[in-house]
Amino acid sequence: MAPTFDELTVGQEVARAEVVVDRARLVRYAGASGDFNPIHWNERVATAVGLPGVIAHGMWTMGAAAGPVADWAGDPGAIVDYQVRFTRPVPVPDPGSATVEVVAVVGALDEEARTARIDLTVAVEAARVLGKAQAVVRLA
Amino acid sequence: MPVDTSYAGREYPPNDVYEVSRVKLAEFASAVGATHPAHTDVAAAQALGHPDVIAPPTFAVVVAQRAEAQLFEDEAAGIDFSRVVHADERFTHHRPIRAGDRLVTVLHVDSIIERAGLAMITTRAEIGTEAGERVSTVVSTLAVRPEES
Repeated sequence: MAPTFDELTVGQEVARAEVVVDRARLVRYAGASGDFNPIHWNERVATAVGLPGVIAHGMWTMGAAAGPVADWAGDPGAIVDYQVRFTRPVPVPDPGSATVEVVAVVGALDEEARTARIDLTVAVEAARVLGKAQAVVRLA
Repeated sequence: MPVDTSYAGREYPPNDVYEVSRVKLAEFASAVGATHPAHTDVAAAQALGHPDVIAPPTFAVVVAQRAEAQLFEDEAAGIDFSRVVHADERFTHHRPIRAGDRLVTVLHVDSIIERAGLAMITTRAEIGTEAGERVSTVVSTLAVRPEES
């Protein structure tokens, strides 16, 4: 059942998920998005510009964090506004992977518009990688 | 070469049509791990009232970046991509992007602010249908680091 506006309270946790990202995932996102910046797939280029290694596309992280909210809302089209600040890069090791933790909490409710602002905490190894991550969701 | 701040306030003419396909939406959804069936299953999307499969919320970046290229690939603007860091991003959806949409984008350079050697460039891509229906607004801020001295 899709959630309704009236059953929500500020502070309520609505979704929690872990999303795993490896180099293959970044190559797939590069192709799907058209963002071929080599810092997202080439260790040599990434370290040459001062990064600890290959990092995830910020836009991949932003996209991945929206999935749990869309699943909770029952309709990805209910997300009418979505913003983030990129505060910390997400290094993606090879071999291996990074795990992005997403926690979604009701931050504010707009009675008139019947929308909920969902505040996202998006972290890797307990360090937040997105700031001011907010999705506005329209509900019945 | 420093970023040319006189580009602030510039508006570009509508770009070439981007036609949204079901295959591309499925590919993008898979890449970001968006598993909701409304991205891939027409019947599931229609059950929610959408005419066709819909895009994940961040797909609009694919459409917007084609318009943003007009600014970033303009050498006179002085934006060296090897020194660019993505600072923030915001999508406002007037309605979901869906398969079959024929989208045109008007790019606005909302501001270019220099602060402590960093140039903060905010662009706004207004995405709509060929017929003039507003679909999405994508606001993106990039930070350009100064050249090493």
